[in-house]
Amino acid sequence: MSSLTQSGTAAPQGESIEAGHARQKNLSRIGLAVAIVAVAGLIAAPFFVYPVFLMTVLCFALFATAFNLLLGYVGLLSFGHAAFFGGAAYFAAHAAKVWGFEPLSAILVGAVGAGLMGLAVGALAIRRQGIYFAMVTLALSQMIFFIFLQAPFTHGEDGIQGVPRGDLLGLVDLNRPLNIYYFVLLVFLFGFFAVWRIVHSPFGHVLQAIRENENRAISLGYRVERYKLAAFVMSATIAGLAGAMKAIVLQIATLTDVAWQMSGEVVLMTLLGGMGTIFGPSLGAAVVVTMQNYFATSDVPVTVIIGVVFVLCVLLFRRGIVGEAIRLMKR
Amino acid sequence: MSATSSDAILSARGLTKEFFGFKAVNDVDLDVMEGTIHALIGPNGAGKTTVFNLLTKFLTPTEGRIVFRGEDITGVKPADVARMGLVRSFQISAVFPHLTVLDNVRVALQRKEGLATQFWRSNRLLGRLNEEAERLIDAVGLSAFSAHDAAELPYGRKRALEIATTLALDPPVLLFDEPMAGMGVEDIGRISDLIRRIAKGRTVVMVEHNLNVVADLCDRVTVLARGEILAEGDYATVSNDKRVREAYMGSDDE
Repeated sequence: MSSLTQSGTAAPQGESIEAGHARQKNLSRIGLAVAIVAVAGLIAAPFFVYPVFLMTVLCFALFATAFNLLLGYVGLLSFGHAAFFGGAAYFAAHAAKVWGFEPLSAILVGAVGAGLMGLAVGALAIRRQGIYFAMVTLALSQMIFFIFLQAPFTHGEDGIQGVPRGDLLGLVDLNRPLNIYYFVLLVFLFGFFAVWRIVHSPFGHVLQAIRENENRAISLGYRVERYKLAAFVMSATIAGLAGAMKAIVLQIATLTDVAWQMSGEVVLMTLLGGMGTIFGPSLGAAVVVTMQNYFATSDVPVTVIIGVVFVLCVLLFRRGIVGEAIRLMKR
Repeated sequence: MSATSSDAILSARGLTKEFFGFKAVNDVDLDVMEGTIHALIGPNGAGKTTVFNLLTKFLTPTEGRIVFRGEDITGVKPADVARMGLVRSFQISAVFPHLTVLDNVRVALQRKEGLATQFWRSNRLLGRLNEEAERLIDAVGLSAFSAHDAAELPYGRKRALEIATTLALDPPVLLFDEPMAGMGVEDIGRISDLIRRIAKGRTVVMVEHNLNVVADLCDRVTVLARGEILAEGDYATVSNDKRVREAYMGSDDE
């Protein structure tokens, strides 16, 4: 087909294939370097920063990372992810406090519970697209909120308090700050790696195709509902992992974590850091949690500050912090 | 409702689609013979794209029946129709814009290699598909662009990419919705050549506005107007039909 290659429209301006590959390679090298520095920093961090603050950041970072799996890589905006985060917190808190589970099992109970909730919510929501999908997830998560409000085991407005941190696998005492910190760091890295793996897998490749052009994916024979549902359940499970971990760390599970404001917060974290980027949601979570901590003691209402930041983000750097950084590096 | 023709690979009987009382397609009988290039033509709003969407199950018919290779597919989902070997393109170019040309084709190859659901393995596995993907990309003349994002390609080349992606499924029946829409003369020539070449050993159904292309490429032409079939036959027969000239060609002297 020499006539096809030679004639016709002019080639797009830009670099050669080799340059394109090299650029890709460079970016992934930078990514690896960032990951190594970040992990090293996180290992050293508890000696310089208050560990409970760091652990809170890690819990929200994992939550946002799980949320980004859906928003950034499948193009689904769930406005009900608090249900999985907060729901898992309740399950884990109950398992640890009432059933006397050791912390890792309690966290797994929370994550699996969130995954099952994700299966139910996802199965109903993925039939709709765009804003309707977001509305269905919001409605279902509000239903879940009221179930948790009424269910006796959550203790309503009081929440489940005094959740024991316990001994990890009966061996490691998690009441020691460094022990629990490194445990949380490991769980975070596991969840983070799981999302990275899913995104960079053959399955993740199909998810991105669905995000790019759903009808085309269907016409290539992909049963997209199943892929979306699978991604939804994965995202809910990992969000649950984060919420369950938070309940063990802060020793409390409350309505705050399951309320719709929390669903909004994770959207903000993800957009601020950069949706569809691997590191963005974690960075966004760190920024938001830091701001909340900082302004909690000042007279300025936190929500106003966060609102301003969100507006600035949308107006000035729509790709989010990491998204803009990647764009600058690609130049 | 008459029986479907036994030589037809794809048949429709009494196909009707109503949108809120408006009959976009009304009682259409269609037989696409195996190994032919079959065109659906007609003025704007004639229901061509609706027929297309009905045949590939992207729309559900209000009434009527669709048979593909002797099997009733009226109740089958679009993804499953594609799996049975009836693969369509779209009027607006159907590529995955932010995936590279290579990745576009690999998405199509992934499923049959069992590489679609593995979420726990590295996407480096997709490297296995490179050879076949590059072969398909080469066949449509896009080798030089395989590392580019599909969004960067000019329009005609996007269509070529779309064809390469469709061919990756190796479907016995291809449906193209206005493959030449919005193309310059040079691109039309290239895509025509390409369609003629890939039609060997396959059946092609295409919606097309450009009558020169239809005359040149197609074995059989069905003319639709206001949701109904006006005429059917080879291009010479159809183009001499008085009703067709009135409804369609009269307004399109070329």
